[in-house]
Amino acid sequence: MSLKDKLVSSFFAFEESVDVNADVHKVRNQAIKNFEEKGFPSKKDEAWKYTSLNALLKKDYSLFPKKESDIDYNSVKKYFIHDIDTYTIVFIDGIYSSHLSDTTHDKVDACLMSAALSRPKFKPIIDAYFDKIAPKDGLNSLNTAFSKEGAFINIPDNTVSDKPIQIINFSTGTEANLMLQPRNLIVVGENAQVQIIERHQSLTDNEVLTNSVTEVFANKNAIVDYYKIQNDTASASLIDNTYFEQKEQSVCSLHTFSFGGKLTRNNLCFYQKGERINSILKGVTLIEDKQHVDHNTMVHHTQPNCESHQDYKGIYDDKSVGVFNGKVYVDKIAQKINAFQSNNNILVSDNATINSKPQLEIFADDVVCSHGCTIGQLDEEAMFYLKSRGIPPKEAQALLMYAFANKVLSSVKVPEVKKRINKLIANKLNVNLGFDL
Amino acid sequence: MAYTEDDLKKELETQEYEYGFYTDIESDTFPVGLNEDVVRAISKKKNEPEWMTEWRLEAYRIWEKMEEPDWANVHYEKPDFQNISYYSAPNKKPKYDSLDEVDPELLETFEKLGISIDEQKKLAGVAVDVVMDSVSVTTTFKKTLAEKGIIFCSMSEAIQEHPELVKKYLGTVVPKKDNFYAALNSAVFSDGSFCYIPKGVKCPMELSTYFRINQAGTGQFERTLVVADKESYVSYLEGCTAPQRDENQLHAAVVELIAMEDAEIKYSTVQNWYPGNAEGKGGVFNFVTKRGLCEKNAKISWTQVETGSAVTWKYPSCVLKGDNSIGEFYSVAVTNKFQQADTGTKMIHLGKNTKSTIISKGISAGNSQNSYRGLVQISKRAKNARNFSECDSLLMGNKCGAHTFPYIETKNKTAQVEHEATTSKIGEDQIFYCNQRGIDTEKAIALIVNGFSKEVLNKLPMEFAVEAQKLLEISLEGSVG
Repeated sequence: MSLKDKLVSSFFAFEESVDVNADVHKVRNQAIKNFEEKGFPSKKDEAWKYTSLNALLKKDYSLFPKKESDIDYNSVKKYFIHDIDTYTIVFIDGIYSSHLSDTTHDKVDACLMSAALSRPKFKPIIDAYFDKIAPKDGLNSLNTAFSKEGAFINIPDNTVSDKPIQIINFSTGTEANLMLQPRNLIVVGENAQVQIIERHQSLTDNEVLTNSVTEVFANKNAIVDYYKIQNDTASASLIDNTYFEQKEQSVCSLHTFSFGGKLTRNNLCFYQKGERINSILKGVTLIEDKQHVDHNTMVHHTQPNCESHQDYKGIYDDKSVGVFNGKVYVDKIAQKINAFQSNNNILVSDNATINSKPQLEIFADDVVCSHGCTIGQLDEEAMFYLKSRGIPPKEAQALLMYAFANKVLSSVKVPEVKKRINKLIANKLNVNLGFDL
Repeated sequence: MAYTEDDLKKELETQEYEYGFYTDIESDTFPVGLNEDVVRAISKKKNEPEWMTEWRLEAYRIWEKMEEPDWANVHYEKPDFQNISYYSAPNKKPKYDSLDEVDPELLETFEKLGISIDEQKKLAGVAVDVVMDSVSVTTTFKKTLAEKGIIFCSMSEAIQEHPELVKKYLGTVVPKKDNFYAALNSAVFSDGSFCYIPKGVKCPMELSTYFRINQAGTGQFERTLVVADKESYVSYLEGCTAPQRDENQLHAAVVELIAMEDAEIKYSTVQNWYPGNAEGKGGVFNFVTKRGLCEKNAKISWTQVETGSAVTWKYPSCVLKGDNSIGEFYSVAVTNKFQQADTGTKMIHLGKNTKSTIISKGISAGNSQNSYRGLVQISKRAKNARNFSECDSLLMGNKCGAHTFPYIETKNKTAQVEHEATTSKIGEDQIFYCNQRGIDTEKAIALIVNGFSKEVLNKLPMEFAVEAQKLLEISLEGSVG
C-alpha cells in the first residue's frame, strides 16, 4: 500500500479519536479530500523540479506512535537555547512533553495547538486564522487533515512577549520509521512583538519524515522574528511549510539555518496585505555528504510602498545538493516596491550541485526590483593572504566561509541565537580558531 | 496650420504596422490539414530524394505522438494544426538567372520592404536569400560566394545538389524529437536556407535571409542550417515580416548552427512579424527552435531584436561542447499592445574553459507581457566554466508585466556563474532632463530606450543596427501614458 493510500485510509479512524471543535472537523474532511485528489508533489511540478520525494515516500512510516516516549532533560539540553530564559514548547514524537516545556497563559499565550483547537475560549482565533493562508496543495492539505498538535502562540495587541519562545520537536521513533505532522499557529496582535526559535531534532537512526505547517499572522505594526535551526541527523527529513501574512507597517523576518538533515525542503511564503510592510528572508546553508537542502521562497507584494529583502548563502561540500527557488511577485497596484533577492553559493567539492532559480514576476511599473545570483569559489588571493600570515589552510578556509555567511547572521537579533549559530558553523567546519567567531 | 499635440496623438493612434501589405502573387497552396500523405506530397512537390521523404515521415510520426507544450508564460488560443495549409509557394517559380527575370510584382514587394535587391546588387553589400511563404525565391551573389567555395542556397536546392552535406548535418543539433514544434517543422518544412563555409574561409559579406508570410491561412516552417567548417567565419542575418490579418498565423522555424574547431558564427535576427492590432487581434505565433553547437575554440554569437509577433516563444541556445568554446546571447525584446514574449537562451557548458555571456533587455509597454527565461547549465566535467548573465527589464505603464525566470544548474566547483537582473521604469528625472533640453517626451523615451538597448544594438551589423533602432522607436510609439 502506498503511503498516500495508507494516510487516506487511516484518516477516518484518526478523525474519530481527535477532540476538536466542529468547524475544524469540516476543514479537515475537506483537506483529506484535497490531499486524495492532489497527492504528493512529483518532479513534474515546476516547484519540485530539483527535489524528489520519491525515495522518502517509498518507505513505510508509523503514523501514530503508540508508546509515549520520555527523555531526560540533561541528555537533550544541548538542543535548547538554554543560556537565556525562554518559554519552551516541546514535543516528543508529536506529543506534548509537559516536563520539558514551560508554557504560559500570562499576558501572552504560548501553548498547545490541541488546546486551541478544542477549547471554546480560542474558537474565535481558530475561526479567524486556522488554515487561512496555507495554499491548499497536497502537502499542506495532508498536514491540515492530520493537524492535532503543535505550538499555538497568541500575542495580544500592544504586548511584547517578555521572553523568546522556543518550539522544539524531538523524534525518538524507537520502534519504526516515523512520520510527523506538526501544525503551528502564531497570531501577533497590533503593535505586538515576539521572537520565536524553532528546531526539529531526531534522536534516532530510524527514518523520520516531518511535514510541518506554520501559519504566522502579523497584524498592524507587529514585529516578528523567527529563527529556524535545522541541524538534524542524516536519517531525518523535513518539509517545512511556513506562511506569513502581514498587515500594514508590520516587520517580519525569518532566518533559516540549514546545517543538516537528509532532505530539507523549506517552503516559505510572505503575503503582504497592507502598505509600508517589510519582509526579510535570510538563510545560511552549510551541508555535506548526500544532504539536500531546497529553499523555495515567495514574496507576494499586493500593496504599494513595501519592501522585501531576501539573502540566501550556501556552501556545499561532498555530494550535497542545494536548491534555491525564489520568487518575487508584484501586483499591478503595488507601486513603489523595493524588492531585493540575492543568492550566493560556494561549491567546495566537485560532486556538489547547486540549482538556482531566482525569479521576478512584475506587473507594476514604478518599482525597483533586482536579483542577483552567483556561484563561485573562495577567493584564492584571500586564501593566500591568510596563509601567508601563518593561518593553516583549513582554518583560513573556515574563516573565509564564515565571513561569507556572516552577512546573514548580522541581522539576528537574539545574541544567544547568534552565538549558537556561530558555534554550529565552527563545529560544522571542524575548526577551533581559539576565539569566538 | 500648426501641428499640435492632438494631431500627434491621432497619428499615433492610427499608426499601423508598416509592413502590413499583401502582395497579390498567384501562389500554389495546399488544402488545409496534415497527415502522412500531405508530408509525402510536400516532399514530392519539392522533388526530394527518398531518404528525405523518409526523414520527414519519421518526424511526422514522432510529432503525432507529442503534445503541445504549455509551460511558457504565455496565453493564447492553441492553433488547430488541421486547419493550416502546410505548403504555399509563389506560383510562377522558374529558376532565375538574373533579377530581371523575377516577377516584377515580387520585386515591388521587396521594394516596399526596403530590401531593394537591385540596389543591393549595385552596392555589393549583402547576399540575400529571400524566403516568401516558406519558399526560397532568390539568392543573390551566389557566384561571388561560389568562388570562395561558400555554398549559400535554399534548403531545397541544397537537398538536390549537396545531399551529402545535408544528410550529414541536418537534425544533428536540433533532433526531430527535440520538441513539439521542431518535430512539426522537421516533417513539413518547405524551404529555408543552407549555408556552408569551407575550411579557413572568412565569408567576405554578410549573408542574409528574409522571411515573409504572404498567403492567408498558411503556416510558415522554414529550416536554416549553417555549417562553418574549421577556422571559418560567417555573419548571418535574418529578417521577418508578415501582412496584417485578423486570424493568427503560425511560424515554427528551426535554425541549426554548427561551428567546428576555431570557427565563428554570428547570427543576427530582426524579427518584426505582424504583432496583431491594438485590440490584440491577429498576429503571428512565433515558435522557434534555434540552437548552435560549438566545437573546440569555436564561438557562436546570437543577437536578436524582437519587436513583432503576437506570441513569441524562442530560446536561441548554445551547446558549448568543445573546450575553450564561447557562447554569446544578446537580446532586445520589445512588447507593446497585447504582445506576449517568452524568450531567452540556454547555455549548456560541456567542455573545459567554456565561456558564455547573456545580455537580455526586455521592454514592456501597453498590455503586454515580457518574460526572460534562461538556463545556464555547467556540467560536471566543464572545468573553469564561466558565465555572466544580465537581464534588465523596463516597464512602461502599469498594464504590462515583466518577468524573469533564470535557471542556474551547476555541478562543478570551479565554475563561476553570475546572474543579475533588475526591473525598473524610465525615471521621471531622465524625461525631465530631456524635456528641459527641448526634446519632447516621445523622443526622449526613444532616446532612453535606445540607450538601454545599446549594449545589444552595438552587436548588430551596421545595416541592421540602424533598422533595429528605428524599429524600437516605431514599436514603442504611442506607449507613453
